[in-house]
Amino acid sequence: MKDIKRKEDMNIVIVGHVDHGKSTIIGRLLADTGSLPNGKLEEVKERCRRNSKPFEYAFLLDALKDEQAQGITIDSARCFFQTENREYIIIDAPGHIEFLKNMVTGASRAESALLVIDANEGIQENSKRHGYLLSMLGINQISVLVNKMDLVDYDEKVFKNIVKEYTGFLREINVEPDSFIPISGMIGDNITTKSENTPWYNGNTVINTLDNFQIAETSDDKPFRMPVQDVYKFTKDGDNRRIVAGTIETGKLSVGDEVVFYPSGKRSTVKSIEAFNRKTQNYVTAGYSTGFTLKEQIYITRGEMAGKVGVSNPKVATRIRVNLFWLGRSPMIKGNSYFLKIGNAKVKVEIEKIKRVIDASTLTNVNREQIDRNDVAECILKTQNPIAFDENKHIQNTSRFVIVDDYDISGGGTIEEALEDKQSKVRDQVLLRNYNWEKSMVSSSERAEGYNHKSKLLLITGRKGSGRRDIAKGLEKKLLSTGKKAYYLGVENLIYGIDADIKDPQKEDNREEFIRRFAEIAYILVDAGNILITTIVELSEEELELIKTVVSPENMEIIWIGERTPTDIKTDFYLSDLDGIEDGIIALKEYLQEKNIIMKF
Amino acid sequence: MDHLDRLENKSVNILREAYSQFKNLGMLWSIGKDSTVLVWLARKAFFGHVPIPLVHVDTHYKIPEMIKYRDRFAKEWKIDMIYGENKVALDSKQTYPDGNVSRLQCCKFLKADALKHTLNGDWTRYRLNHKKGVYEIDENREAFTGVIVGVRADEEGSRSKERYFSPRNKENTWEFGDQPPEFWNQYKTDFKPGTHVRIHPLLDWTELDIWEYIQREKIPVVSLYFDQGEGKRYRSLGCYPCTTPVDSTAKNVEDIVEELKTGKFANIAERSGRAQDKEDGGGLEELRKDGYM
Repeated sequence: MKDIKRKEDMNIVIVGHVDHGKSTIIGRLLADTGSLPNGKLEEVKERCRRNSKPFEYAFLLDALKDEQAQGITIDSARCFFQTENREYIIIDAPGHIEFLKNMVTGASRAESALLVIDANEGIQENSKRHGYLLSMLGINQISVLVNKMDLVDYDEKVFKNIVKEYTGFLREINVEPDSFIPISGMIGDNITTKSENTPWYNGNTVINTLDNFQIAETSDDKPFRMPVQDVYKFTKDGDNRRIVAGTIETGKLSVGDEVVFYPSGKRSTVKSIEAFNRKTQNYVTAGYSTGFTLKEQIYITRGEMAGKVGVSNPKVATRIRVNLFWLGRSPMIKGNSYFLKIGNAKVKVEIEKIKRVIDASTLTNVNREQIDRNDVAECILKTQNPIAFDENKHIQNTSRFVIVDDYDISGGGTIEEALEDKQSKVRDQVLLRNYNWEKSMVSSSERAEGYNHKSKLLLITGRKGSGRRDIAKGLEKKLLSTGKKAYYLGVENLIYGIDADIKDPQKEDNREEFIRRFAEIAYILVDAGNILITTIVELSEEELELIKTVVSPENMEIIWIGERTPTDIKTDFYLSDLDGIEDGIIALKEYLQEKNIIMKF
Repeated sequence: MDHLDRLENKSVNILREAYSQFKNLGMLWSIGKDSTVLVWLARKAFFGHVPIPLVHVDTHYKIPEMIKYRDRFAKEWKIDMIYGENKVALDSKQTYPDGNVSRLQCCKFLKADALKHTLNGDWTRYRLNHKKGVYEIDENREAFTGVIVGVRADEEGSRSKERYFSPRNKENTWEFGDQPPEFWNQYKTDFKPGTHVRIHPLLDWTELDIWEYIQREKIPVVSLYFDQGEGKRYRSLGCYPCTTPVDSTAKNVEDIVEELKTGKFANIAERSGRAQDKEDGGGLEELRKDGYM
């Protein structure tokens, strides 16, 4: 068999204002590189001649579309053409503002972009908006094609004015274009060959410019980052490997590397790199959807981000300063709750502050309390749980997030800065604690198997006199009678021991440290495999956040008993209208069964 | 990473995302080369396992080798295999081979309708009992909320408008003019009750990519794709009354790859052997809106 090596391929997107000539340029590229089906060009020209209609290269696209409807040749939303070195895939990106979300979808798949501006009409709204979005999407190989030069008599002045004005615009958004090329899609100037009509132009043709663009490299030289997509154990089929799976964003992972997972800060060592129908590998690099097993078993779940010991850490925060673009049908509003997806994590998010809303087509600040469709904005977001990420200036890939509103992705952006919140200090301590935690040979799941139940902190709160304590203590006894390792811990028990050095633990100033110490003890008891039951009267939102930071939300169930008082705290379970203590105990036990913390029997 | 590596790893990422985000997830297996590559990619994604049930719509006009192949590999790869059918249309002979309806109408009855009602659980599903080696009526009638499909953007016009995760509304229709944006490997995994999502891990693959991957990975495919000495082979598989073999002497995967790169098929579309595509200009797009793959 002859081995015909395939050329390297590159996805490009052609963007620009509606009617600035994208289709004509695509038609030209296809025709002048000889990438059209045999006889197609002649056929379309002949059809035009018979209808006494001047031939236009844009008709080629329509002709291809017609054929496609019958399922015969190429696909117009994605056209293919080739040069000597490469195969190019042109991704369709509509110029009409109504289709901005399709433009974003198309452009995000491209490695480089051609942005078309009509020399005659000049820079228009979407010339700017598309430029802005390309930069936000992270496409930094951009060539600006100043089209329809034939309509302005190939006037260098017109070209230079557009170059000047548009360069100024791009500079404001920190984009440096690769080049500006004076062209005419209609006539074919400077598309595949240098045009005699523009003797004043010394730069490359469109084709040469494209061939000089770099194929997107995978970033192996950056710090290792892999968002955990899932943890697999296919025991049913007799496979005992516990595999941490995900796609590596940046860097390289080798067998024997020490990995750290964020936001939890848990640490382990890579035992093996797993793959199906592949030779055993000792390392794997950016771009691969891979999986690995760990030496020391630690409990991690989808959404964490894997990094490596000894390289720079990702940030962990709940408050972030971001740049974002909004494509949602309804505006993004302060006070509404959305989901933020970053890597494989998904958390609830709200706008804390809109710093400025920018009209992407004029770059003017518009003072608004909401972010409308097609706006770009700088704002501060607050997530419900901590997320792990990098700042845009450090690693772009892992700074990117999307916002989900009403089931649909409605916006996207990059995190520019991690901001402090009230838990920042404690969170750093917890990261350090988890990082340095000496692991025993028993994993948490083995422990749960051994004790026949999961471990958990049951934090019972509610108003004074709601019977919290009696229910808590009764539940301890009930669980113990069926062999569960349950333990009731009275918060006040700490005062004269652990907190002996704190003069008045209940005093406002000391309360934070009092709560923190309690939470650390709770963490240890939960790690030991217990169902730890405790009660705190009318817990405040801030105190709860602190406990969550130390104990970790997945280790806790928050239960409110009795009449609800106005409070921000979100509980997992709400118990009211109790017919006495026994009733409460049974309800809580059933809840534990329902949540699979204890088995039904 | 080479071209096939990039495609493979993107598809694996999509499959894992689907598996993690959809409780009732199914994958369509037409027995053709594309969906067989999809099954192989699932084994890649899940380290040798296929933890997602495979769903096949049996029109009962499939070329017999296809069904034999399906059951052989379902058993060998320990696949949770489900099939469905349009029993009413078959029993009442409302089919094109019976001479009672047009080709497109037949596609609608035996494929689109059967698919729709198999996925939503209205009609009987049959599930392979691996211990007994036979299909039994499936008691589970829950609707699939995520359906993985092996369509490629280069196949025909309407498919290029698909997203990797394309929403379908309550009526099962596809409003391709109004889909949410999709970028940075973030997909539509949230959906309103009653709606579902079609997932397309092979969207960026071309016919040549598929065959080169089959060659690289040594994936077993149905022998109908190869010339058995009569100078004919199938390029695309479907129901025998509506699918004709093409003239080709490609006897193995290597021959096919070479034929696609240099030979006479370099400029002819793959589905040219599918009669239903030609019957009506925009017919396929209409059928697809209605649920046809």
